[in-house]
Amino acid sequence: MAELHAQTLTELAAGLRAGKFSSVELTRHFLERISKYDAELNAFITVTSELALAQAADADARIAAGTASALTGLPLAHKDIFCTDGVLTTCGSKMLSNFVSPYDATVVTRLKQAGMVMLGKTNMDEFAMGSSNETSFYGAVKNPWNLAKVPGGSSGGSAAAVAARIAPAATGTDTGGSIRQPAALTSLTGIKPTYGRVSRYGMIAFASSLDQGGVMCLSAEDAALLLQSMSGFDVQDSTSVDTPVPDYSATLNQSLKGLKIGLVKEFFEQGLSNENAKPVREALAVYEQLGARLVEVSLPNLPLSVPTYYVVAPAECSSNLSRFDGVRFGYRCDNPRDLQDLYTRSRGEGFGSEVKRRIMTGTYVLSAGYYDAYYLRAQKIRRLITEEFANAFKQVDVLMGPTSPTTAFDIGAKVDDPVTMYLNDIYTIGANLAGLPAMSIPCGFLDGLPVGLQIIGGHFAEAKLLNVAHGYQQVTDWHKRMPERYA
Amino acid sequence: MSLTRKDVEAIAHLARLAITEEEASLYADSLSRILHLVEQLNAADVSTTEPMAHPLAGLVQRLRADEVTATDQHEKFQLNAGKVSSGLYLVPKVIE
Amino acid sequence: MNMQSDAMSWETVIGLEIHAQLATRTKIFSGSSTAFGAAPNTQANLVDLGYPGVLPVLNQNAVKMAVKFGLAVGAKVAQRSVFARKNYFYPDLPKGYQISQYELPIVEHGKMDIVLEDGSTKTIRITRAHLEEDAGKSLHEDFQGYTGIDLNRAGTPLIEIVSEPDMRSAKEAVAYMKKIHTLVRYLEICDGNMQEGSFRCDANVSVRKAGAEKFGTRCEIKNLNSFRFIEKAINYEVARQIELIEGGGTVQQQTRLFDPDKGETRALRSKEEANDYRYFPDPDLLPVVLDDAFISDIRATLPELPDEKAHRLVREFDLSPYDAGVLTASRELAEYYDKTVSIVVGGDRKSNAKAVANTVTNILTFSLNKENLDITESKVTPEQLAGLQSRINDSTISGKLAKEVFEVMWAEGGSADAIIESKGLKQITDTGAIEKVIDDIIAANPKQLADYRSGKDKLFAFFVGQVMKQTAGKANPAQVNELLKSKLAG
Repeated sequence: MAELHAQTLTELAAGLRAGKFSSVELTRHFLERISKYDAELNAFITVTSELALAQAADADARIAAGTASALTGLPLAHKDIFCTDGVLTTCGSKMLSNFVSPYDATVVTRLKQAGMVMLGKTNMDEFAMGSSNETSFYGAVKNPWNLAKVPGGSSGGSAAAVAARIAPAATGTDTGGSIRQPAALTSLTGIKPTYGRVSRYGMIAFASSLDQGGVMCLSAEDAALLLQSMSGFDVQDSTSVDTPVPDYSATLNQSLKGLKIGLVKEFFEQGLSNENAKPVREALAVYEQLGARLVEVSLPNLPLSVPTYYVVAPAECSSNLSRFDGVRFGYRCDNPRDLQDLYTRSRGEGFGSEVKRRIMTGTYVLSAGYYDAYYLRAQKIRRLITEEFANAFKQVDVLMGPTSPTTAFDIGAKVDDPVTMYLNDIYTIGANLAGLPAMSIPCGFLDGLPVGLQIIGGHFAEAKLLNVAHGYQQVTDWHKRMPERYA
Repeated sequence: MSLTRKDVEAIAHLARLAITEEEASLYADSLSRILHLVEQLNAADVSTTEPMAHPLAGLVQRLRADEVTATDQHEKFQLNAGKVSSGLYLVPKVIE
Repeated sequence: MNMQSDAMSWETVIGLEIHAQLATRTKIFSGSSTAFGAAPNTQANLVDLGYPGVLPVLNQNAVKMAVKFGLAVGAKVAQRSVFARKNYFYPDLPKGYQISQYELPIVEHGKMDIVLEDGSTKTIRITRAHLEEDAGKSLHEDFQGYTGIDLNRAGTPLIEIVSEPDMRSAKEAVAYMKKIHTLVRYLEICDGNMQEGSFRCDANVSVRKAGAEKFGTRCEIKNLNSFRFIEKAINYEVARQIELIEGGGTVQQQTRLFDPDKGETRALRSKEEANDYRYFPDPDLLPVVLDDAFISDIRATLPELPDEKAHRLVREFDLSPYDAGVLTASRELAEYYDKTVSIVVGGDRKSNAKAVANTVTNILTFSLNKENLDITESKVTPEQLAGLQSRINDSTISGKLAKEVFEVMWAEGGSADAIIESKGLKQITDTGAIEKVIDDIIAANPKQLADYRSGKDKLFAFFVGQVMKQTAGKANPAQVNELLKSKLAG
């Protein structure tokens, strides 16, 4: 038997059911790895050891009683953007560095009810605003493949934790690529479902019309397992969609013969050197061998997705983050002189510089005289982009391309230049604007650093995406590679 | 579109963010660069396009039954508050 | 230069924004109770507090009530309306934005008729009515030098009813406000309790030279919560603006507060800076889409509206428009009246309707006003009043004595029957008894008899008066007339 941490969630689930190990043993194994490795990775903001062991003991009892679900007893880590009852929930910010949530996010509740064990809360870019996990109040997270590199962001802590096998799986959220880009940079399988598929209730909002929760794990099979429990209608989220969740695991093994893969012309034209595109092109060749057909499609307005996003997302964030005012929760400045001082200093001191930059960008684009030129215009281009995607899916089953324009970059390399940093999301943002499900799967390495293949589907095509990813993972082993240091 | 330090200070005030003069200058620079990026949007023809607020077209607001589901948990909720007294959240005196 | 103000040369222009709290059980976006008077923050859940991660879900009754209002003012009910965020910072606004409707409100283009002092009718146009959430309350009493924030009210559903600037005096504004107040209570969509803030308004007031086309610069007087205050505040504000302009100054557009103690308006200090609300569609909520069936189902639940009812009372029962207006001025009074008429015994419906209308608009209203009571606090119930009318109908008492019975009823309680019995007010219908009284009176007044018989017809009234005096008003007037006529004739 492989070491516990070398196994996928699916394998661990089988081991638990077969009685090869208990949930307490499994949980203890990962907690030990966290205490051994997290000092250098900085993947966790909070480790909930006691709670995890108690949940594991409960899970073992459920397994013994025969009332376990497929996920019972399996550990995972939650991105610290999900509210967890009685547990510090910081969103990577000084603003919430004292915030103990009085309630669980729906995602947390569902996985808890399934019997999963929470190992802790993972580090992230502050309020999910970042692509390198360097904006966290709790410090940068290191990429397990090379500790001098960023793990990507904003779900960088989740990515590092799973890549280093100190957690077998983790939740993430994706507003502009925050699951897919770090998954690509750390060689993980990550999926952002269709907007509305996973409840946003209890997921601290960055940009409400773009945010979507998802998972980061070791295989499409694991993603199917987790997504099954996380997804579905939630009465507490008006934007959650009331359509049945298909059995994602049931269709994983469908043949890919005849699959029509769209190659987005604009993806390959923009910002991607030929050498960087090599693993992606090789992956596409694998799909051809599996019987898929490659079709070039064009989405002419897609190159506008970055500027569109950097109007829409800051606009929504500027409003979403107004609730942090030092009154009811969160950071409150010392000795405010008056009300304005309470507001401006609590917010000025509580938020980091990238968050403030985005709040100001958003405030500006919504303000009188600029609304039409920026916000309204961006909302119109958002429609153009969405329509172009819809047209593409009339011709093809999925779209494929790179997840990220580069492999993991050096910590500190882009922190001084927000625009360069924003361009990291160039391939991922389109799916958020259009609300499409999208994933990133490992497809190779360049100079020892992972490269991700992005797969985008039509609305509610999660099952198709997982099937397509799984087919590839059956004939390749990139997703099984582990950083040697953490083997 | 370039923003001046003064512009940034006005925006920061609207957003209730205390920033130093030095920060204001830095933000003036980075916000101007972001707006420059955003100016690419002017290239698209949107004359006949309706704005889109939600990614899923055609979905409509669900209506909730008018039934009380909340219970009083103010003591628990106020554990997170900086300053409370007799169940009230306290802020520096507001003069109307 | 003549600085003397010529009041006639100025025209006042008023528009009202009325905020009516909807009478839902729970808040517009959360399952917290909206009951008034709970201990601070005990009815504020995570959504009301704007906690990180929480999301709004719309209350169906709030939507239904807004639609009901729209239908009742003849407005267009939008099949698609959109919630937006109005962004500003204030301690009673937990999220830093208010969820309201901006570009696409649920109700547009309605109207409401008011009756002016000269009896003519004027139509006030209602621009729009939109759904929004109320804010919490700031308690400015001193809490160790702090302001206390109670968020129980935060998230209570409101409709904001925005009029066109169609009113030309404080009195018109009050008349309009009263009509809306009556209407929302008829519709049972708002309890109308102004003291508790369930029904309040902001008044936009400006003045211009009579005949001018352009409006003057307006000031908004916030949070007026009594009809009296509205009138006083507007009148003060009009005088202030005229004085300002005539003194060579200009009116600054600003938000002002009315101080009821001083009877003055003053500029608000904390909100004086120009607001930039940065409205945009709330991404947490989807468009509210109402189909025809939804709207027609609500139309079917509309009660008879006050103006309709008043017209019907005039048409069917010949009531004067004035009486009909009084009787329909509040839902409670109209219900009192309807109930009374419906349980009167004897008489036909029309005569009962007229008689009860008389009693209610005169005697009952007088007694209520004297003691400053509301119709719901009336000391005489519809059952009692109907009992009284029934005794008039069956001639147990004369109409003249009805007032006396009513007064006893008001002061001491009891049914008409019991009062008539105990006070001995029963009408005398025994012909023999009346004849005896008449005979005695004729005998005691030979001169008047002679004069009458020689042609002084007017003396007939004297004899009637004498009979009534003798019988303490209890003699049946018709019988008295008949008997007197024959006896006097000799």
